[in-house]
Amino acid sequence: MLVTGVARPLGGRFVRRIQRDPDVDRVVAVDAVPPEHHLGGADFVQADIRQPGIARVLAETGADTIVHLDVTGTPLGSGNRASLKETNVIGTMQLLGACQKSPSVRRLVVKSSTNVYGSAPRDPAVFTETTPPKSLPSGGFAKDTVEVEGYVRGFARRRPDVAVAVLRFANILGPTADTPLASYFSLPVLPTVFGYDPRLQFVHEDDVIEVLRLASHEPRRGTLNSGTFNIAGDGVLLLSQCSRRLGRPTMPLLLPAVTWAGSLVRTLGMTDFSPEQIRLLTHGRVVATGQMRETLGFQPKYTTAETFADFARSQGPGLLPPEALAGAVDRIAALPLAGGGQTPTQSAD
Amino acid sequence: MADAKVIPFDDDRSRGSAAQRPQRRRSAGNRRAGTESGPVREVQPLPTRAVPQDDVPVTAEQEASDRSQGDGGLERRIAGGLAFLRRRLTGDYEVDDFGYDEELTDQVLMSLLRPLYDKYFRVEVKGVENIPSEGGALIVANHSGTLPMDGLMMQVAVHDNHPAGRHLRLLAADLVFMLPVVNELARKLGHTLACSEDAARLLEQGELVGVMPEGFKGLGKPFADRYKLQRFGRGGFVSTALRAGTPIVPCSIVGAEEIYPMIGNAKTVARLLGFPYFPLTPTFPWLGPLGAIPLPTKWTIQFGEPIPTDGYPPEAAEDPMLMFNLTDQVREQIQHTLYKLLVQRRSVFF
Repeated sequence: MLVTGVARPLGGRFVRRIQRDPDVDRVVAVDAVPPEHHLGGADFVQADIRQPGIARVLAETGADTIVHLDVTGTPLGSGNRASLKETNVIGTMQLLGACQKSPSVRRLVVKSSTNVYGSAPRDPAVFTETTPPKSLPSGGFAKDTVEVEGYVRGFARRRPDVAVAVLRFANILGPTADTPLASYFSLPVLPTVFGYDPRLQFVHEDDVIEVLRLASHEPRRGTLNSGTFNIAGDGVLLLSQCSRRLGRPTMPLLLPAVTWAGSLVRTLGMTDFSPEQIRLLTHGRVVATGQMRETLGFQPKYTTAETFADFARSQGPGLLPPEALAGAVDRIAALPLAGGGQTPTQSAD
Repeated sequence: MADAKVIPFDDDRSRGSAAQRPQRRRSAGNRRAGTESGPVREVQPLPTRAVPQDDVPVTAEQEASDRSQGDGGLERRIAGGLAFLRRRLTGDYEVDDFGYDEELTDQVLMSLLRPLYDKYFRVEVKGVENIPSEGGALIVANHSGTLPMDGLMMQVAVHDNHPAGRHLRLLAADLVFMLPVVNELARKLGHTLACSEDAARLLEQGELVGVMPEGFKGLGKPFADRYKLQRFGRGGFVSTALRAGTPIVPCSIVGAEEIYPMIGNAKTVARLLGFPYFPLTPTFPWLGPLGAIPLPTKWTIQFGEPIPTDGYPPEAAEDPMLMFNLTDQVREQIQHTLYKLLVQRRSVFF
């Protein structure tokens, strides 16, 4: 098995976990930079997937399963957006080219994102795998994923003997996830777009590892693990709910101001507050997970709300912790004016 | 409505049923604290039904019965309100995939719309028993009034009158979801984009879906064309209902046409603002914000006999001829009921 993008925490965790599976003989971990975390007993090969050298690595190792995790929205360390795009798009092209030459490859798993759907007011409320997006993402990570998926589809056509699984993950959150949304939620005051309350969906990083494992092995009886699947936790949280549960106040800004501030922050290089991120935080995005349950046979352990709760626990308390607010309301309820009576407020929850 | 083409109908049935069926409404206590008062809701309509009366006495009686509950009612209401506040502040509430916030809708947004519904437009609801108590159904209504007030009133009508307490999920135009604030409220009220994917998903979930197929053609038609149904889109609502096998309930709304009599359309302004039309009424925009106050017309919402769609073979949804026939059938039924209601109407305002 060959895994790309192992220098990131998610890739590292996956490599460590997959070695414990009995039908995995050897794991070759590939990335352009050496990882800071340990990879268990996996063999690390320092190779840049943007270079043709990846074909040699693949030929030498004779891997039969390729797990391509190096499609990401946040640069690692000091990388910039241009090199990230190269890794995402050119890296995928090189890797797929190498796979096409390699007769040993039987299975390919690609990490994609629900970003491919974009988010626009004219879109249906819930995306299924077959929903065509009304407006294609104009740039950034979302456009990368659209292009990556295009190349993967081309590869699947040329090598019909290879089982190809494209997993479109909703926003990944968890105690250690380093996604753009996680860094957004760690701001002390959350800037929001005035007049919009987007619906968000999360998937827990533990579930990400599990579903990657499921997709990289032989399918279980009665399931099929090749194709395109949306991966998300059950349920939906509104951004306002997220901020209240996190205890961080919001600062509503007008849409032009948010766009302007986003580009300012981007040029200053503080954080990657990209246009597609702003679109997500304006219109939101919800995907249907019926295919994931019925065809792939995967049941996520965490719902969207549980994922967010787990993430919130790992964050420090915000400026307005929900417990303090609840306590304040309870104190008002305990006042003699409110009566309390036979039905105290506390019993209602 | 002197100039509308009025076709007289044998109208004994609807008139009789209207007298027999006083408005059933949830108790005020239930409105604010949704958790308790299960029995209260069931018992309260009885005295109302015994004495045949109009709308206004109903609310008076409700207040009296509220008072008779004693001080316990007030205390419970405060406790309920605080529990509600606590849940809202800590984000401890649920929304569905479409962003529908049932708690907020029931306890806040509906209470805001209810004065408009009860006191201002004095909506009279007929035929609410035609809406099935469970399972999906598609309610198809006429659309009018320059601003989509009729959709909101229909939502309150179903919510407050249906014995099973069903919630109507409206399908709205994409313009609604482009406007700030409006889109947020629409999502929380359970509205979603009028597209076949969303409608099919809601019907599959067994929801009650409301659609106004005339769209902007009906909403922004000139006052001279009032109560003349426009083209019903391309009949997409029929194929969606056929695929889901859910009945179609035609609904006729009288009174919404006159709230903003649109005597002109400033097309250039509309194009500049990106709106489908820009209404000119006798008061708007001449009186500024005052002109945006709707006229206090008296409304009637009549739900008609459901048209079943489960008897058709699965490929029927692909048959354009059947689509057109069913669309026409629904359209005719709504138009006839509109004429019937117009004949019965004493005046536009009361």
